[in-house]
Amino acid sequence: MNTVKSTASNGGSTQVAIIDYGMGNLHSVASAVKNIAPQVDVIVTSDSDAIARADRVIFPGVGAIRDCVAEIKRRGFDRAMENEIASGKPVLAICVGLQALMQHSEENDGVDCLQAFEGAVKGFSSTPAFQQASQASDESLKVPHMGWNRVSQVQEHALWHGIEDDSRFYFVHSYYIDAQSTNTASIAGTCQYGVDFVAALAQKNVFAAQFHPEKSHTNGLQLLKNFVAWNGLHA
Amino acid sequence: MALAKRIIPCLDVDKGRVVKGVQFVDIRDAGDPVEVAKQYNQQGADEITFLDITASHEARDTTIHTVEAMASEVFIPLTVGGGIRTVDDIRNMLNAGADKVSINSAAVFNPDFVKEAADKFGAQCIVVAIDAKQVNQPGETPRWEIFTHGGRKPTGIDAVEWAVKMNEFGAGEILLTSMDNDGVKQGFDLGVTRAVSDAVSAPVIASGGVGNLQHLVDGVKEGHASAVLAASIFHFGEYTVPQAKEYMAGQGIEVRL
Repeated sequence: MNTVKSTASNGGSTQVAIIDYGMGNLHSVASAVKNIAPQVDVIVTSDSDAIARADRVIFPGVGAIRDCVAEIKRRGFDRAMENEIASGKPVLAICVGLQALMQHSEENDGVDCLQAFEGAVKGFSSTPAFQQASQASDESLKVPHMGWNRVSQVQEHALWHGIEDDSRFYFVHSYYIDAQSTNTASIAGTCQYGVDFVAALAQKNVFAAQFHPEKSHTNGLQLLKNFVAWNGLHA
Repeated sequence: MALAKRIIPCLDVDKGRVVKGVQFVDIRDAGDPVEVAKQYNQQGADEITFLDITASHEARDTTIHTVEAMASEVFIPLTVGGGIRTVDDIRNMLNAGADKVSINSAAVFNPDFVKEAADKFGAQCIVVAIDAKQVNQPGETPRWEIFTHGGRKPTGIDAVEWAVKMNEFGAGEILLTSMDNDGVKQGFDLGVTRAVSDAVSAPVIASGGVGNLQHLVDGVKEGHASAVLAASIFHFGEYTVPQAKEYMAGQGIEVRL
């Protein structure tokens, strides 16, 4: 897909680049951002220069991690992401985008990821604590973890502005980041599904969500609004 | 458990209009799909399912445009089904703004298509739709078979075994419709719903037969479904989505209010 310009563009406004590496549905992210910030110029792009010029970057992701990371590396976006993160501009990663920023994922027999955050990605089904919780529960816990679950905001962050603690967001994933074995200073939100897992990570100018803000109705749209207004500083 | 049970209004769309039939025939008009979807989005529906019931090649472009229009105004997950036969069909629907696609007949003709689809796009966006009909004689052990082509063609395949196989092949969700109950408004077929839900590790959406709010509760409590799908009770204004959620919450079911 080539660069798609928003019709809402007005010269000199903020530009948000959604990184297109050929995986899945980027349009729902783009249309959600356009909906909450019509003044913002939204581009869906696979051009590293365009990404570098944008004021903000969204790093989405759906699908299997092996193909995602392979595609990211093939297109040189691993370096682009490193540059964007280092540049200090606000970066929002979503779902597999978050998982791709970790050190390693056990999906697809093990995949080395981009190492931006400390911690690893595990499978619900292969985790003994999850299996036990599923057996102990009145009903078995289904995988993928699919639907609306509550997110505890474990630290203050500009992206939580106007969103009540324990609000519901839409999740769909079979792999997760364990809240216990991750650098706790970077955990911005947690969720419970048999195990406590990371719903959001925050580190300097990067905010990464396991849930899909673009599919999370009012709460998700508020989070995207906060992202568009965020200066990238994390107190 | 904090994960909410989902309520999914279903839009059966024929030539760009929402329709609803009784046992897959006798169709009534229920409006413009984008407008209908927007209303459900505002009401707090947890997802929207869009089934293209004509699914002829001529209708394809109409469907893609409708999905595009819907996806730009509805910020909850959108599943699109009907006539999904190839990897290109899936890519087109995802590019138009669908979050998941529902595969029905094509999975029966070529089960490996589900594997290929899940491998390419991820299990999270592959829903396998099963239309099941009870086939045992009275007094025998209950048994359900799957039917294709909008319920017209029997396949001889056992519905529960098929669901397990599709789950193993990578289906991230099962949309289970009872052919016997669809449109009859006497409630879900709880037997097949429970048999399938208990047999697979993926979430199951119960479909077919909702006539009142207690039926939704039964689908979750008795049928063990993760989500309940309904059409006519919402389309024709008998109940709103918030009324359904309040009722379910009152019966001790966790929902997103």
